[in-house]
Amino acid sequence: MLLRHTTSEVKERKALTVNPAKTCQPVGAMYAALGVHGCLPHSHGSQGCCSYHRSALTRHYKEPVMAATSSFTEGSSVFGGQANLLQAIDNIFTIYDPDIIAVHSTCLSETIGDDLGQIVKKALDDGKIPEGKFVVQASTPSYVGSHVTGYANMLEAFVKYFSYNTNEKIRQVNMLSGWVEPSDMRELKRIAGLMKIKTVLLPDTSDVVDTPMDGTYKMYPKGGTTREEIVSMGNSMKTVAMGEWATQKAAIMLDNKCKVPFSMTDVPIGLRATDRFIQALSTAGKVSIPECISEERGKLVDVITDMHQYLYGKRVALWGDPDTILPLIEFLVDMDMKPVYVVSGTPGKKFSKLAMDILEEKVPEAKVRNGASADMFLMHQWIKEEPVDLLIGNTYGKYIARDEGIPFVRSGFPIIDRIGHSYFPTVGYMGGIRLLESILGAIMDKIDATAPEESFELVM
Amino acid sequence: MPNKKDYTNGLPDPSQLKEEMLAKYPRKVAKKRAKAMVINDPAESQEIGANIRTVPGIITQRGCTYAGCKGVVLGPTRDIINLVHGPIGCSFYAWLTRRNQTKPTEGEPNFMTYAFSTDMQDENIVFGGEAKLKDAIREAFDIFKPKSIGIFSTCPVGLIGDDVHAVAREMKEELGINIFGFSCEGYRGVSQSAGHHIANNGIFKHVVGNDDRPRTGKFQVNLLGEYNIGGDAFEIERIFEEVGVTLISTYSGNSTVESFAYSHTADLNMVMCHRSINYIAEMMEEKYGIPWFKVNFIGAESTAKSLRKMADYFGDKELSAKVEEVIAREMLKVKAVADAVKPKVEGKLAMMFVGGSRAHHYQDLFTELGVRVVSAGYEFAHRDDYEGREVIPNIKIDADTRNIEDLVVEKDEEKYRNDLAEKKAKLQAEGYEFEDYKGMMPDMQKNSLVIDDVNHWETEKLIEFYKPDVFCAGIKEKYVVQKYGVPLKQLHSYDYGGPYAAFEGAINFYKEMERMLGTDIWKLVDTPWKHEPEIVGSVTVDA
Repeated sequence: MLLRHTTSEVKERKALTVNPAKTCQPVGAMYAALGVHGCLPHSHGSQGCCSYHRSALTRHYKEPVMAATSSFTEGSSVFGGQANLLQAIDNIFTIYDPDIIAVHSTCLSETIGDDLGQIVKKALDDGKIPEGKFVVQASTPSYVGSHVTGYANMLEAFVKYFSYNTNEKIRQVNMLSGWVEPSDMRELKRIAGLMKIKTVLLPDTSDVVDTPMDGTYKMYPKGGTTREEIVSMGNSMKTVAMGEWATQKAAIMLDNKCKVPFSMTDVPIGLRATDRFIQALSTAGKVSIPECISEERGKLVDVITDMHQYLYGKRVALWGDPDTILPLIEFLVDMDMKPVYVVSGTPGKKFSKLAMDILEEKVPEAKVRNGASADMFLMHQWIKEEPVDLLIGNTYGKYIARDEGIPFVRSGFPIIDRIGHSYFPTVGYMGGIRLLESILGAIMDKIDATAPEESFELVM
Repeated sequence: MPNKKDYTNGLPDPSQLKEEMLAKYPRKVAKKRAKAMVINDPAESQEIGANIRTVPGIITQRGCTYAGCKGVVLGPTRDIINLVHGPIGCSFYAWLTRRNQTKPTEGEPNFMTYAFSTDMQDENIVFGGEAKLKDAIREAFDIFKPKSIGIFSTCPVGLIGDDVHAVAREMKEELGINIFGFSCEGYRGVSQSAGHHIANNGIFKHVVGNDDRPRTGKFQVNLLGEYNIGGDAFEIERIFEEVGVTLISTYSGNSTVESFAYSHTADLNMVMCHRSINYIAEMMEEKYGIPWFKVNFIGAESTAKSLRKMADYFGDKELSAKVEEVIAREMLKVKAVADAVKPKVEGKLAMMFVGGSRAHHYQDLFTELGVRVVSAGYEFAHRDDYEGREVIPNIKIDADTRNIEDLVVEKDEEKYRNDLAEKKAKLQAEGYEFEDYKGMMPDMQKNSLVIDDVNHWETEKLIEFYKPDVFCAGIKEKYVVQKYGVPLKQLHSYDYGGPYAAFEGAINFYKEMERMLGTDIWKLVDTPWKHEPEIVGSVTVDA
């Protein structure tokens, strides 16, 4: 047994986290910053933070992930990291020549009280930021929230720093994307294109962490939201923000600073979340919904109805981030599956309420936990108490899947043992079909592997 | 990629490359980096700048002290709960990401598949985290019933003044199991290296010598600095078992705290990764009189040499005969594969920037295949790992090194092995070498470029200049290098392959190089129309 010490006996814990269902803020800030064109993320802390975050993102994308670090030593930890950051800014512009440096803090620099805004201002005053180059900063203490919070803080920093309302309204809609894959961001743009709406997507990691192999290395790939685009977001008609945890801060900032109103919607995973997204986009862009979108929707519903028998009543355990889990459980419930165990390490009182709103009618037995000690160990204990038919979550679930013999669909961050997430979206109606393909594949593989020979099915 | 340079008459002088690399840097940075680059001349004793702070803003391979302590040294030990005291990330990132394999017997504890954290929140940062740490220890004990718990401090812990050692003492008393703390905050050193030292100190202080287990074998050894990535330790264990040498403990691949506790009952310490573990070897010798020497089980020839050295140490005819028998048999298999692979890869160029010993050890495997190493360097090693241990007395102790405690170890009069000390003296008189490590540079060719703590910019220039056939580094470098059309072999994780240690490992590595260096897939990178005349579009059907 890989997790041989996990038993069904749940003991309440108030201090110990085991097998977390979250990680810390800075990695989210780093990922968000990669979605801005010509931007080099910078980690203001010890070298290890930067190294760990780059490694985690690299394993997930199998792509170059570049970021710099302030390389704190004991001295900087005592006397403050200002000198390190000033030197870093100078070195980065000289050696690596990005258009933008996106600085995020760490638990170390936050604990000693480094004021990033003040240091960046000093860099500017000292002439360390060349003409036409920019340094954006976000406070991302690792001991608050989760990786999703860091993503949200970095997004907010970008619009706070760049977006500007020049009183010339442009026929454009802002799309603030929750933490999803480059494939999903590409799909969001495709859907907006089908609806003939001019949009700015922030962030946009497509063509950044899914670049082609052509024999050359480009430190700043062609993708990413450009600075000009972020500036123009201040003049857009409306913002469609997808995922409260990851995008609400930036949406509010755009509203407050540039008077661009927003509509808060879910990450469009599954049928009804996509419905709401399409409606929000159509309202925001003042366009009607084209037939081709309705056709894509119809295809998804078609697959669901075709394969309903394999989905009905299946008990599912999920873990991951609120913004993606909530629409996902709604999708599962819509298909008559039973998301009985739901865990997210990301805090936020709202999560359990929103989840139970979705679940209480059809899956009243569901157990939902988030925040402190809502971890994969607890979820595994629940599974030991009463098993499930399917696991949906990041790669760490493979240990539970193997020990318990449960079909497993990879979703979320990180996925470090399979490919596909960079290229095949799970958002939108077509993404819903891909999700279904994965879910059905996992369930049916188990049926095929375990069915008695006499009832082994050719056609399913 | 342009055509390869012809290096058959020796490596080219890379002086110009060095100048170009440095030219990009601000003056102060250039001055610092210049010291970290040496155009090698094995006939000369040259000094390299190593174990020096990375300049802020430089995209480095290096990690932190915590990574070296928790991740590297204690990570591969299965019967201890490694509790990370800090915000969640540090524990999350060190969760199973280093591929240390372990093989517990049924019913034996194995906590390596778990990540434990106190998940510090802002109130713990403001009001202190000791109470939460104590509760977490109690909960861990209550749920998992471990025999030992290690506490690993992350950056904020030292800053807010949590005393993990005091908590460890108190909890040890309360729970009656072995509990000890490590002050391995990420900022403590200039790299992972500081964490290795802190881990060595902690294990030595709190574990080694706790169990005076009676002898279980005629020849008892410890293997230090072997972390069982991809099953390396399993392959070495297989050979030891066959020749009749009892492996008391390995630091720390496939290891247990239980085995560390009686590791002082060994007759010999063999050091693989000098950088990460030489401290324990030295401390064990001072306290218990156990001699140590450097070995290398990466490369078939090196493995044979190391096994012979071990047999010579024991001076037992039967053992030597068995060792020779195993070497002869295994080398036959190794040679068969080498003979098949070598003609396909001979003369190709490799470079490696990794670790604190791997960038040296793996040169042996490449040499066995006739692959030329044109440039190499470590990520976190010290001068002695480049230049040899004789430079240790001359290494300037800077503020960063002074931060790390150097344990004062005294001879244990009761347990000190005078017999071993005498044996060592006798062998030494015969020219047998102990405490020996000559470093990487003497083994490298003239004009090879040695670079410590190589960074992204220098990596780009190296590829441009040498056009290597294979680049060895880690996960962060892998896809950068490959975008250039140069295959990268990870020497931390082995790209999820291995083992590469000892004889079977050499065979695996040869085959891996046959795959990586022989494949035609890189020729698919260019589009077929790249070198064709442009296909001109037309608006009419006929034209």
